[in-house]
Amino acid sequence: MSAQAAAETGKNKDIDTDKALLDVVGDQYLTFRLADEDYGIDILRVQEIRGWDEVTRLPNAPEFVRGVVNIRGTIVPVYDLRLKFSMPFREYTKNTVVIVIRTETPKGNKSVGVVVDAVADVLHGHLIDITQSPDFGRETMTEAISGLATFEGNMVVLLDVDKLVKDDSDDVDEDEEGNQE
Amino acid sequence: MATILAVDDSASMRQMVSFTLKGAGYDVVEAVDGVDALNKAKQQSVNLVITDVNMPNMDGITLIGELRKLPSYKFTPLLMLTTESAPEKKQAGKAAGATGWIVKPFNPDQLLATVKKVIG
Amino acid sequence: MSIDMAQFHQVFFEESFEGLDIMESGLLGMQPGEADSEEINAIFRAAHSIKGGAGTFGFMDISAFTHIMETLLDEMRDGRRDVTSDAIDVLLKSVDILRHMMTATQDGDEIDTDVVKSQQTELERILASDASGTANDAGNGEGAGDNESAPAETPDTSGSSDEIVGWKIVFNPHDTILRSGNDPYRIIRELSELGETEVICDTDQLPDLKDFDVENYHLSWEIRLNAAVEQQAINDIFDWVEDDCDMAIIPIAGASTGASTGTGSPASAVPADSSQSQSADAATAESKPAAETEPAPTSAPAPATAAKQAAKPAAKSGGAKGGGGSIRVDTAKIDSLINMVGELVITQSMLGMLGEDFDMSRVEKLNEGLSQLERHTRELQESVMQIRMLPISFTFSRFPRLVHDLSSKMGKKIELEMIGEETEVDKTVIEKIGDPLVHLVRNSLDHGIEMPEDRVAAGKPETGKIQLIASHKGGNIVIEIRDDGRGLNRDKILSKAIEKGVISDAGNLSDKQIYELIFEAGFSTADQVSDVSGRGVGMDVVRRNINELGGGIEIESTQGQGSAIIIRLPLTLAILDGQSIKVGDETYIVPLVSIVESIQCKPEMLNMVAGKGETFKLREAYLPIIRMHEVFGVENPQSTNITEGLLVVVEGDGQRCGLFVDELLGQHQVVIKSLETNYKKVDGTSGATILGDGSVALILDIPDLMRLARRHQPIQFLKSA
Repeated sequence: MSAQAAAETGKNKDIDTDKALLDVVGDQYLTFRLADEDYGIDILRVQEIRGWDEVTRLPNAPEFVRGVVNIRGTIVPVYDLRLKFSMPFREYTKNTVVIVIRTETPKGNKSVGVVVDAVADVLHGHLIDITQSPDFGRETMTEAISGLATFEGNMVVLLDVDKLVKDDSDDVDEDEEGNQE
Repeated sequence: MATILAVDDSASMRQMVSFTLKGAGYDVVEAVDGVDALNKAKQQSVNLVITDVNMPNMDGITLIGELRKLPSYKFTPLLMLTTESAPEKKQAGKAAGATGWIVKPFNPDQLLATVKKVIG
Repeated sequence: MSIDMAQFHQVFFEESFEGLDIMESGLLGMQPGEADSEEINAIFRAAHSIKGGAGTFGFMDISAFTHIMETLLDEMRDGRRDVTSDAIDVLLKSVDILRHMMTATQDGDEIDTDVVKSQQTELERILASDASGTANDAGNGEGAGDNESAPAETPDTSGSSDEIVGWKIVFNPHDTILRSGNDPYRIIRELSELGETEVICDTDQLPDLKDFDVENYHLSWEIRLNAAVEQQAINDIFDWVEDDCDMAIIPIAGASTGASTGTGSPASAVPADSSQSQSADAATAESKPAAETEPAPTSAPAPATAAKQAAKPAAKSGGAKGGGGSIRVDTAKIDSLINMVGELVITQSMLGMLGEDFDMSRVEKLNEGLSQLERHTRELQESVMQIRMLPISFTFSRFPRLVHDLSSKMGKKIELEMIGEETEVDKTVIEKIGDPLVHLVRNSLDHGIEMPEDRVAAGKPETGKIQLIASHKGGNIVIEIRDDGRGLNRDKILSKAIEKGVISDAGNLSDKQIYELIFEAGFSTADQVSDVSGRGVGMDVVRRNINELGGGIEIESTQGQGSAIIIRLPLTLAILDGQSIKVGDETYIVPLVSIVESIQCKPEMLNMVAGKGETFKLREAYLPIIRMHEVFGVENPQSTNITEGLLVVVEGDGQRCGLFVDELLGQHQVVIKSLETNYKKVDGTSGATILGDGSVALILDIPDLMRLARRHQPIQFLKSA
């Protein structure tokens, strides 16, 4: 099964399980900006939105892992999505936003904060057209894309949050950690 | 209401003494050994001290001697809890400045009667 | 006023069991012939407390039994009796008996009186053994004398009381009486409670006003008590002050109403003044029995029966085994809890005020308050969880005795070493890990450690060694049982496993996999079932118990050199004592147990070993330096010059090195938080914690950090001595 096929099955399953909820609440996406592009994630996965705050650095972590913060007593990693998607780094400002999302992994739910340029809007599913995602060129991102949507003429890239953090939060077998760097 | 300093390294005895006295309306300060008691006695004024004899760090008799040296405890009643098998402890306690003793084992009524006798 | 004494029983039992543990470990540490007074004192004190508490709470059999032990210990403490191995053994056995009595009493079961009696006989035998020692026992002799003289004199007084209608009491306090805290007026008040009194005050001794010293007492009293009370009642009143006054107690005969027609016994009718000491002695002799015998028969039985009634339901509701209903908590933990509740109350009232006249302009304030509430609630939750954390010494403490008893039984020489007893683990772990550990230690004793002659033949020290090690590693609690015995016999295990049908054939099992077969059900390698390690119900149950705690068990073994059982238990809420260090802008926590010392490195201590990296000389050893800022990639350290920062000398896995850091901050207890919950393991750390300001600090895992450092730079670690 190719990575892409896996991404799709994952997505479909999500839609199925969330269907009941969506019928009531409506299919909603939180959109945010990243280097002049709009991205959307399933709003049901958003735990909270915070301003950028100092993080505690993690030694020898990939550059996009900015560090960890304390969110209500649990330690949550913070990823810079620009760096994750190999976009140029932008200095954090007062408007820089961290979206804390809940991801589902085989090892249970994990929370992760993602740094984005700004939060844009909430999109209602019935107002947008979702299409299959084309190959995007940026490898790291492609796998995480679950579809494309157009809303009032603008394109919104819909992301699958589970894929977004897949490689980074899974435990690597202890003996192989050294290869991680 | 009078404040009583109850000193015993045994938590159960301390609780018993403290509970009994509090039930009778006294304010009770607890200390776990002589050193603790001496510090607490210096921090606040206490109307009566009831101390166990055998304790780690500083025993009851030493505590009584030390308390008597403090100007504010020159005339304060200082009682020791002692066992019937230790007449020499009573003597040593008296020599150090103890007011009297309560013989162990005792029950709450005996304790209260003695305390009432001493500080009303 | 009636107070239900049963409410103190639980605490009494808890501290008494602790006292028994102190006695036991103290006795185990005692060597015949030597009397370490501190050690004996601690044992004596524990016995003394148990005796006193038992008496007070109405457990008379416990009190009586402990009294004999106390007497023996007292003699040893004073050097009046030699410490013999016989005496130590009898005392140790007595501790067991006492524990049995205590457990039975606590559970409302019958005490096995036969066993208690026979042990009591043993104790008495020891007490009687050294005739000269006991005869010289002044304290005991005196006490016994008092007791014997009591019955002789009591009838004397009561016999004469028929004719007595009252007493004349001459009470002449010494001028120093106030300094004993005794108020002479109190004595008079108490006398007046016995009956109608006439009191005459003698002011002759009052000095001139210019010489008057308020701290001295100058009045004398004569009290006529018109009541036919027992003389004892009067003696009791003077009990405390007999050394602080001159006095006389003179009976007033029935026919006569005159003052001093003393017809009573000569002993009690001694005039004041010079003969007072004699009278005081008489008073002592007679007041004693009052103090001793009175409380016992009259008032003690009442609480005793109450105790029994109350103990039963308590034991039942507390659950069958271990009675783990209550927990003893460090007062510091309680204090922090109280502080937190205080903050919570403040936040709550702040929110309450906000709610009274709320409008949208204050929404920010509301959010602030809510997040504060959230934080405090969480902190409170953590603190409450902390209360459940107890040092593993609660579990470890039983092993010295176990090893002592079993090794002498088997004729083996074994030294037990316990490391990391202060490691805090959850109460549940304490309760559940005990039995598995006992089993594992017994296994080491029985199967692991060889007989002394076999050890010598194998070129090993005669005395075998068992280590019990507890530590925090990577958010886990790790408990290791290591021995330097013969190790596991791979072939024997294999053939046994095939024989027992655990496996069908060896296949291509690794050594480790073969070793792990001993955890399979129904496996026992002992050639004969011994009463030490039991009958093969062991290891599979051990593994199941550990699994139930969410942990795992591993085995390491080297034939001829020993084996190790490693138990890992998960620990979401472990707490450790940490030292905060600063490197650049980062704060890290170093577990205090890993720190040996901190030094400022002088240039002459530094040494570059070719190909082996930077080292520094600490006393006689060259230790490698780990530059924290390099290993952890910290960008802006205050200094990169070793001599300008600090070297924290740390130890891990038996190796030492110096951590080069900017500065040391404070020491505090930290709650270990897993990084793996939302991320993954970070090399060199065992997790993270949340500091007081809400920020996150990583906790260093020293052995892991050393491994990490080795990948960064050529470092050779030396085994520390």
